[in-house]
Amino acid sequence: MTITLNNNCESFAEEKLTVSQLLKVKNFTFRMLVIKINGHLVRKSAYENTEIREGDDVMVLHLVSGG
Amino acid sequence: MTFKEIKTQLKSKTVGIAGCGGLGSNCAVALARVGVGRLILADFDVISLSNLNRQYFFHDQVGLKKAPALAENIRRINPEVSVTSHDIRLTPEGIVPLFRNCDVVVEAFDLADQKQMLIETMLAELPHLPLVAGIGMAGWGMNDSLHCRRIDNLFICGDEVTGTGPECPPLAPRVGIVANMQANTVLEILLKSFNQIA
Repeated sequence: MTITLNNNCESFAEEKLTVSQLLKVKNFTFRMLVIKINGHLVRKSAYENTEIREGDDVMVLHLVSGG
Repeated sequence: MTFKEIKTQLKSKTVGIAGCGGLGSNCAVALARVGVGRLILADFDVISLSNLNRQYFFHDQVGLKKAPALAENIRRINPEVSVTSHDIRLTPEGIVPLFRNCDVVVEAFDLADQKQMLIETMLAELPHLPLVAGIGMAGWGMNDSLHCRRIDNLFICGDEVTGTGPECPPLAPRVGIVANMQANTVLEILLKSFNQIA
């Protein structure tokens, strides 16, 4: 599948991935994230069960401390 | 636009400031100087000596609660601003009633888990409301890495990578730059007809 990930086009061998699988494949190891798929917020509790498919627009925002 | 016109337009606006530390105190002061009509401040913390390397407080305010102390500093700068201070720790349940009538909300927390809590709550509960977050501004130098970008109604200011650590403290210059980038983004939203993404 090909998706838009943080405004970049990215292709994966898999036909679909859960959010958790995507984070693993991409090696996104930050603990604090905010994720939106096609403009809709995906809460942490839903990472395991939310699937990403062909054409989806995925935003992964990394949060770091400081302020 | 003349400054008079700008002030007239800002007079009727309300901005929520979630956190009165390095980002919140400097951002709120910038917004007060240009004449935003109403500021809603929230923070549970007390001013400590270690805060004075970046936060808009004074040495004789150490030990005072941040939200009311910042309200007092703002009154000394521009008494025309209506400031409401809330000495509370913001929770998902508390955020919505406090900020629902704001024109813009500024995320100005220190810790990543608090930033996540606020951003998630706002995106889930008040997704139409513009939210301006500060992410990644510890250390010094690296002016070029600081940027601002928009994801729907969420605006992110900072470098998005440099977190606080023992060898990388948050300091006045970079925190102040990002706080003012946030204030600048708030002005851009308030002075243009904001193009809301549903």
